Amino acid sequence: MLRISNLQVSVNDKPILNGIDMEVKAGEVHAIMGPNGSGKSTLANVLAGREGYVVTAGEVLYRGNNLLELEPEQRAREGIFMAFQYPVEIPGVSNIYLLKAALNAARRHQGLEEIDAVDFLTLVKQKLKLVQMKDDFLYRSVNEGFSGGEKKRNEILQMLVLEPRLAVLDETDSGLDIDALKIVADVVNTLRSPERAMVVVTHYQRLLDYIVPDQVHVLANGRIVKSGDKSLALELESQGYSWIEQGPSESTPMITG
Amino acid sequence: MNQVTEAYVTAHQNLAQNLAGQSVAWVRQMREQGLSRLQTAGFPTTRDEAWKYTNVRPITKHRFTPATPQRDGLSLDDTRRFALPGLNSHRLVFVNGHFSQALCDLSGLPEGLFVGSLASALERDAAAVEPYLGRCAPENSHGFDALNSAFLTDGAYIRIDSDCVLERPVEILCVSSSDGEDLMNLPRNLIIAGAGSQSIIIERYVAAGGARYLTNSMTELFCAADSTVEHYKLQQEDINAFHVGGLYLRQERSSRFTSHNIAIGGSLVRNALYADLADEGVECNLNGLYLGTGRQHLDNYTHIDHSKPNCTSREFYKGILDGRARAVFHGRIVVHADAQHTDAQQENKNLLLSRDAEVDTKPQLEIYADDVKCAHGATVGQLDADAMFYLRSRGVEENAARSILTYAFANDVLERVSVAPIRVELEKKLTSRLLDGRHLENPS
Repeated sequence: MLRISNLQVSVNDKPILNGIDMEVKAGEVHAIMGPNGSGKSTLANVLAGREGYVVTAGEVLYRGNNLLELEPEQRAREGIFMAFQYPVEIPGVSNIYLLKAALNAARRHQGLEEIDAVDFLTLVKQKLKLVQMKDDFLYRSVNEGFSGGEKKRNEILQMLVLEPRLAVLDETDSGLDIDALKIVADVVNTLRSPERAMVVVTHYQRLLDYIVPDQVHVLANGRIVKSGDKSLALELESQGYSWIEQGPSESTPMITG
Repeated sequence: MNQVTEAYVTAHQNLAQNLAGQSVAWVRQMREQGLSRLQTAGFPTTRDEAWKYTNVRPITKHRFTPATPQRDGLSLDDTRRFALPGLNSHRLVFVNGHFSQALCDLSGLPEGLFVGSLASALERDAAAVEPYLGRCAPENSHGFDALNSAFLTDGAYIRIDSDCVLERPVEILCVSSSDGEDLMNLPRNLIIAGAGSQSIIIERYVAAGGARYLTNSMTELFCAADSTVEHYKLQQEDINAFHVGGLYLRQERSSRFTSHNIAIGGSLVRNALYADLADEGVECNLNGLYLGTGRQHLDNYTHIDHSKPNCTSREFYKGILDGRARAVFHGRIVVHADAQHTDAQQENKNLLLSRDAEVDTKPQLEIYADDVKCAHGATVGQLDADAMFYLRSRGVEENAARSILTYAFANDVLERVSVAPIRVELEKKLTSRLLDGRHLENPS
């Protein structure tokens, strides 16, 4: 599904990613963890195609094709969905309008007719229940005046409607209380399928109690310093990130006192 | 006095005896005062504070001919195409500023509403008009208003009796029809809303031909005590036309006035609104939307006089500019010493869609009372890059995303438009002029 090779990325001429290699197969969930400033969000933004992220070396293949030459909207139509860390507020554009525009863009791309208004409403209301949002959210401007948790749930609602092939969740757990976190995790889990892959970017292990990953990668200083199964996340939880930032723990004794 | 002004003086000498009501002393005097004001003041220049950002030379270097009534002008079919579907208005039609009875739709006028032409009122019943005409406009007017007064002869005359509640809006449709002879249309509208009356008045400016012309209009509107008036001005002149228009408003005790000032057409446009909040408890809401493309210049000037205590004014103007268009918002609010407990708010927001578009926004608050609440804000910005990316990341293509966000920007002005057929017309214009003709469902 997704193959990243030697990916190097700069922002404002400053190298952020220094050679990332990873492969995500259909059906898998990969977690990317790491301390602040390690390049987690940069990786997510490069996959979504945000401007200002300059790829200086390496490649990203999505279903065998060069992802980096696609415009953001083309990536979306090809089935990539990014749940943003900081979803933007768009006054004057209602949630339901955005959902419909997004769904129809994908449908047109697939050669399908635009969805019938009644079918659409039925579909959206059913998804709305899953994220436990009230109907009036549909008619409010996108994210305008939403709480942090509501914004994150709104991202997940969009993901539910669009049913992407590859979902990238950028710190979706930040700003969520435990109840909201469970709601989000439940929904994400229902979307897990052999045809779908997910990349879950998170600072904390907590989310991974609920969305159990197949692989965990630890990012530090723009490199993957360690990969492993879900137990790696637990290890990070107990030891923190300091051993990574300072190099392998056995060669760097902690100085205390 | 320059040559153009001299030419207007000569034209006035030739025309005056044919103008309606010239035999009435006060009418004659009003015209003469206008003419002498034009001679002494001349046309405004950018040295005048209120005209700082608008150079009217492109207008004043031409000698326009005051339009006379056309004998065989437009047909009913010509004007029907300007009708807004579903509006169902009492429609008064003026061709080049002159009343055209044959083109009007005045069936089913309710009791308590009088509509007609100012020219015929000046001929037949000047005494009824005298307490109002010219009483709203200031004496030290600028050259354009002076020019209008010098030649004033026709326009809409609308009188709504006390406590009369109009079910249908009254529409003043001003059609320009010229064939390249540099015509000058000088409509003068007079609207008197009686105490406790409720009405919607729609002033529209459209063109049946593409020649250069000047519309130099003045509307005086009296809102008597406890009246409610909603006023629309839809300026959709030809793209080659000049338009200098002024709305002069006087509000009496506890009256409520709302205006929607929409500027779409014209090459060089000045759209002025003067509101005199003359008694207590008045509410005055001024909304505006200006959509400029190409090399259009759209100037909005508003002046609110808070003369008495306990009045509220709300101004909300938005502009969207593309191409090399330029716009001005100059909002002056004067709170006089007697006007305690004034609550005035002004907001002007602008969206620039191109690098070469430009806007000058100037709030001007003068406060002489000490217990007041006044606030103003102005913004000029481009489309939000983060919002653009967000929409694109959901599969919306770049052009469509621009259109959606542009539409969304205009939306809070459009939502204030309570007359649905006007809102539909505005949505169409927004689409055709700024969204590459792309049809878009309302995103809100």
